[in-house]
Amino acid sequence: MSRPVAVTINGRRYHADVEARTLLSDFIRHVAGLTGTKVGCEHGVCGACTVQLDEEPVRSCLMLAVQADGRTVRTVEALARGDELHPLQAAFSEAHALQCGFCTPGFLMSLDAFLRERPDPDEGEIREALAGNLCRCTGYTAMVEAVLLAAERLRPAPR
Amino acid sequence: MKPAPFAYDDPRGLDETLDLLARHGEDAKVLAGGQSLLPLLNFRLARPTRLVDVNRVDELAYLRRRGGNLRIGALTRAATLERSPLVAAEWPLLREAVRLVGHPQIRSRGTVGGSVAHADPAAELPAVLAALESRFHLRSRRGGRTLGPEELFVTHLTTALAPDELLVEIEVPPLPSRAGTAFVEYARVHGDFALGGAAAVVVLGEDGTCERAVVTLVAAAPTPVRAREAEEALAGGSLTEEGIRAAADLAAAEVDVPEAERPYRRALVSELTRRALERAVTRAREAA
Repeated sequence: MSRPVAVTINGRRYHADVEARTLLSDFIRHVAGLTGTKVGCEHGVCGACTVQLDEEPVRSCLMLAVQADGRTVRTVEALARGDELHPLQAAFSEAHALQCGFCTPGFLMSLDAFLRERPDPDEGEIREALAGNLCRCTGYTAMVEAVLLAAERLRPAPR
Repeated sequence: MKPAPFAYDDPRGLDETLDLLARHGEDAKVLAGGQSLLPLLNFRLARPTRLVDVNRVDELAYLRRRGGNLRIGALTRAATLERSPLVAAEWPLLREAVRLVGHPQIRSRGTVGGSVAHADPAAELPAVLAALESRFHLRSRRGGRTLGPEELFVTHLTTALAPDELLVEIEVPPLPSRAGTAFVEYARVHGDFALGGAAAVVVLGEDGTCERAVVTLVAAAPTPVRAREAEEALAGGSLTEEGIRAAADLAAAEVDVPEAERPYRRALVSELTRRALERAVTRAREAA
């Protein structure tokens, strides 16, 4: 049994008739064609599918697409402006905070929300913020450095 | 994996929700924050034929104080509880525990009522709500009833909720002055399910002795169990280091897990209870 669903993703509205059991992660990838969001464990542990729902980080594999009807979603595709990387993305690249990149979109969407709430985090808070996403390549040390770097660049310069 | 097909309702109000549960209760599963149910559906470990999604029942999402009690609407998100200045100031035990529930990406969706109704003995919120002697308000088309924690939590993942009943509100009484609380848990990885945990509430008398204490345990038994013998041993005493250690050992006797795990869990529960009590006593003395 299908239902009409309309979700605003990165400022654009996507309409489709979907089954109630369709996961938000699959709506994002298959209906909207935004394949930056990755699907890893599909049970809320790995964090690869993390997106923002009305600015809050959520696991898109633990939501039904019908639950996002009328809501606003941001995915990793919303970060860069054209060819210009978001400060978090640039910092990840410079600090070598990724290798294969599969987990990176989830980390970025978690961290983008985290830095909005904590613009001046210490290392302990950053480690806690990283804990909800898994990376199997790099380990997390370079990511801590990347977040410190991005936080510094994102803060307004002192007058 | 993906969930098996199911019929789906997303009622907009409590009345409509109770009608749906009265009609379909036996076949329906209530979907709240989904942070435990969706993994079960994705793995097809649960295959309900119908979901009643309460996420659009806005009247169940609130956090307010009335008559001195904290009233938590069942649909209140864990993140809302975590960010509430009222909770931080008046019920710090809730804040201390909710920060250990999963990760921010889970707390943004997971609900207080969902955690209670799911009744995972390793969950933090049922244990701290039990330690605060909360009352759980249930509603159905047949009427309403209110249960205490020991009536509500039956065993692993099982509550006294009937198929047509919905948990609508959790009511938390205020802490007396001269009270201190603490929650301590151990998990192998931050944000993982706890291997053990303890919540402690200590109320001091005017002379500084223990007027009463409440201790509840996480992941120690099929329910968020109360360590009554430990509580009785503490009441009336002067809360010495040895007294707290002895009470912690009594709490460890409540551990009810398979035999192979028992010695480790007992040692863990004893140590975590000791730490929770020490912290609660320090905080009670600061408050007094």
